[in-house]
Amino acid sequence: MNTVFSLKDFVFLLAGLKWTILLSAIAFTGGGIVGLIVAVARTAQSAWLRRVMIFYIGVFQGTPLLMQLFVVYYGLGLIGIQVPAWAAVTLAFTLNASAFLGDIWRGAIQALPRGQTEAATALGLPMVSRLRDVILPQALRIAQPATVGYAVQLIKGTSLAAIVGFIELARAGQIVSNQIFAPILVFGVVGAIYFVLCWPLSFYSARLEAKFAASR
Amino acid sequence: MGYTLDFSVVWDHMPALLWGCLGTLGLALAGMSLALVIGIFGVFARGSHIAWLRRLVIAFIEITRNTPFLVQIFFLYFALPSLGLKLNPTVTAIIALGINGGAYSIEIIRGGVQSIHKGQVEAGLALGLHKGEVFRLIVLKPALRAIYPSLTGQFIMLTLTSSICTSIAAYELTSVAQRIDSDTFRSFEVYFTVTLMYLAISWMLMSAFALISRQYFNYPTR
Repeated sequence: MNTVFSLKDFVFLLAGLKWTILLSAIAFTGGGIVGLIVAVARTAQSAWLRRVMIFYIGVFQGTPLLMQLFVVYYGLGLIGIQVPAWAAVTLAFTLNASAFLGDIWRGAIQALPRGQTEAATALGLPMVSRLRDVILPQALRIAQPATVGYAVQLIKGTSLAAIVGFIELARAGQIVSNQIFAPILVFGVVGAIYFVLCWPLSFYSARLEAKFAASR
Repeated sequence: MGYTLDFSVVWDHMPALLWGCLGTLGLALAGMSLALVIGIFGVFARGSHIAWLRRLVIAFIEITRNTPFLVQIFFLYFALPSLGLKLNPTVTAIIALGINGGAYSIEIIRGGVQSIHKGQVEAGLALGLHKGEVFRLIVLKPALRAIYPSLTGQFIMLTLTSSICTSIAAYELTSVAQRIDSDTFRSFEVYFTVTLMYLAISWMLMSAFALISRQYFNYPTR
């Protein structure tokens, strides 16, 4: 057994990093698609549709991400759907991301002047075109800083997949740490890798925010 | 082979789960208190004339906010003993939550302090208010009001984040749930119930914070 942090261990961590990035990317894309529907439904005319979405967002924002992972992970098996761990984990993160992104974009849609919707309606644009051509392009632009900021939360959040045994960066770190008995060094390196991944996004988000603040 | 849901297992362990809820609240409360202390000292250090101290605080904020809490708690769990601090997991969890929440609190509190303009203090003094009154009514209360929503939101986030402390077996709701799960194999029932408990906790906290806000900060700004 080796007791030094070797290149082989680092490569193992990088293999974990690959899954962290993949998981984040899929959850961000899937969560973005579902989140658009959530945001539109949350700002819809129909009161019951709005209420359903308030509840949907409230549940995901009011419970720990770890519990959401557990409930989806064990719940899927319960209703007879046998899926591999990575699929259950991906679904849980996608649902979570849809609620958070949906709420961010809800805020952006509501921040637009009412006149935008009214003018689009007065021009006779059907709902789909009103959203696609008028409302969403502007709302998503306003929401850019928060959206990028959420990507950081999502990447950090995927580390919880380690607790259900999915081998991403954090779990890979645990495995290496157990093998070479150097937890401080290994988790330091793992933290540094997360930092290299997240910090540029945080920086970009802050810059976007400063840019929008200045243009106002 | 069909699986029938059986919540009686959960019911049998209800006392343990309710104690777990208290454990979670205690952990969050202790973590948030530490976070506020770090936050207040951090604001002073962040605005210090000593350049290296300022840079240190900025580095602390950036590192903490750009790494996962799970990695932070593992790091501390192993790093603290090597500094000669042999602590039980629950105390380690409080420190981890305090450090994590502290990094966010510095920025929140700093925003509140910056929201008070110097002119307001001067105006208060010019109107003949005592220094104490100026601090209490013109600096502290409006600053608290400005940061109240972010800070209470931060507290609820910290409460939910505390579930991750199960990974070092600190005493809180999720670790209680994991123990019941490994004894009974009723995973879904246990975690579903516990999820509802967290939901109840965060909704109660939200209502309580809204009530306090209406009591104390219910005055017009202009």
